[in-house]
Amino acid sequence: MGKYVESILAAKDMDRRVALSRALSMRIRVEMLDILHDKGTGHWGGASSACDLVTALYFLRLNIDPAVPTKVDRDRFILSKGHASLLLYEVLAHRGYFEPALVHSFRDIDSKLQGHPCMHKTPGVDMSTGALGHGLSVGVGMALAARLSGRKYWTYVMVGEGCLDEGQSWEAIMSAAKYRPERLVLLVDNNGVQLDGPSAEIMPLGSISEKLIAFGWNVAPGCYDGHDFNSIVKSFEWLDVPGPWPKAIVYSTVKGKGVSFMEGKNKWHGSPIDDDTWNKARPELVAALEDAEATL
Amino acid sequence: MSVTMRDAIGKRLASIGHRRADLVVLDADVSSSTKSNYFAAEFPERFFNVGVAEANMVDMAAGLATCGFRPVVNAFAIFLALKGTDQARNVLCYNKLPVILLGAYAGLSDSFDGASHHAIADVSIMRSLPNMTVIVPSDNAEAEAALEAALDRNGPVYIRVNRNQVADLPAREAPFKIGKISKYREGSDLTIAASGICVAMALEAADRLRKVGVSAEVLNVATIKPIDIPSLSDSVRKTGRLVVAEEHTIVGGLAGACAEALASVPHVMDVVGLRDTFAESGPYDKLLEKYGISAAEIERKGLALVKVGKSSGGLS
Repeated sequence: MGKYVESILAAKDMDRRVALSRALSMRIRVEMLDILHDKGTGHWGGASSACDLVTALYFLRLNIDPAVPTKVDRDRFILSKGHASLLLYEVLAHRGYFEPALVHSFRDIDSKLQGHPCMHKTPGVDMSTGALGHGLSVGVGMALAARLSGRKYWTYVMVGEGCLDEGQSWEAIMSAAKYRPERLVLLVDNNGVQLDGPSAEIMPLGSISEKLIAFGWNVAPGCYDGHDFNSIVKSFEWLDVPGPWPKAIVYSTVKGKGVSFMEGKNKWHGSPIDDDTWNKARPELVAALEDAEATL
Repeated sequence: MSVTMRDAIGKRLASIGHRRADLVVLDADVSSSTKSNYFAAEFPERFFNVGVAEANMVDMAAGLATCGFRPVVNAFAIFLALKGTDQARNVLCYNKLPVILLGAYAGLSDSFDGASHHAIADVSIMRSLPNMTVIVPSDNAEAEAALEAALDRNGPVYIRVNRNQVADLPAREAPFKIGKISKYREGSDLTIAASGICVAMALEAADRLRKVGVSAEVLNVATIKPIDIPSLSDSVRKTGRLVVAEEHTIVGGLAGACAEALASVPHVMDVVGLRDTFAESGPYDKLLEKYGISAAEIERKGLALVKVGKSSGGLS
């Protein structure tokens, strides 16, 4: 495992980069499961649902320089659903922001890797998150700062549909539609399950796309599968098609993706992964990783 | 005193806008009340009126601050403190972002609008957030100096701004500095620690007390957090008696800050402020009087402390 990671950015052929990123995402799922099992704390459900999207973003899309994490012209990424922190740490580590071994200190005392993302402790984290509903508001501010300073960086904000329960999210959606900051992108990890149960029961949102359109956003047409790298790449291509700002993409995802008995189950939002669960879950993820690697 | 404190601060914001290109101003649909509209008229591209949405406004400011701008956020103090608290705590304070929150209509100064609009818990809320600096200016000069100082501070600052005209205080010994108490009167029998409009009341009370032979020291505690512990404890060690006066509930504001700071200094203490209650609509001066915020009340409580002696084991 692992030899392909360094080669993703070096690969000139986009298909090859996509295949390598996909394999890396599978590997990250295995590593996340191991760490969550080892630590007995953390969130699997929302981390696994966003895993392919965040991996694709950092390896196929973002203009960033891990050697200079605070570079002024870097693209910004805000993980508004901060409980998927372990995913962000995994991706940042693989992208070169810090040593992958550091991920094993997740949630430890004195660790740089807090329970939820913390911008002044972890290199590469653009905004601390944890309390839901903050990310898009901050992102609107960052995107307006780009406009005021004449910079061309992009600001990406990822929310889960649970994050959209927060009233502040809709305040932010309205303000973004008012100011229309260039290069502001909302990515919705619509996994359909929140902590207490299916979103359709806990707080039905109906069509998120239609709501965003009604609020004045430019929403990517069609359906995007947040676990299909080809679909994710297509959605990124749509971002480069000239059109009004701000832009949003709603991805269909599966909470707990990758472990059959965890998929779509709210129990695995944040339940600890015990030995039995780990023993049953891990082979599925390893098999998916081996399949992905076999195609390389 | 020729202009209201909000007018003074609004005009100062606009004037700072000329020399600081990094200044951006946000308001939640009350710019003609907070007077951020002076800045808006001169720098429309750097002014963001986000509508009635304080939470979003505070976080937008945070995003701007992470990219090198110096945002000043305006709203009614109580709505900023209540509807923007999660944002102030989890985004501004946790990340130590240099955002200034200007809480307009401090205390009971929006008197006629009634209890819903009275900012009587904003100081205690803001003071409880790690990394937050809390300033309650006593006159226009101090409010403007506090704004200037806050713009040079590396972290979030909450500044309370009175709606009305307030009395100009005598010139200070030293220029305003965040975290420093200004001593207005030397005294030996009693310390009066006051903030905001209560500083002028404290000076009046000290004058009256002097006539009955009580020597009161008057401290202007404009920075509630971080509080100037050395100046406060030096004074109270000397006098052994403390009256705190503030336009706020007696729960957790300046009185709480003083009590915490002086926990190891033997003294007797009393507080002039709104009791643990809501006020009501009415003229500002009448409201202050009815709810016990006045020079007479400071004088009365000071005299009572002098009568019981220094830390003699409780008040009668």
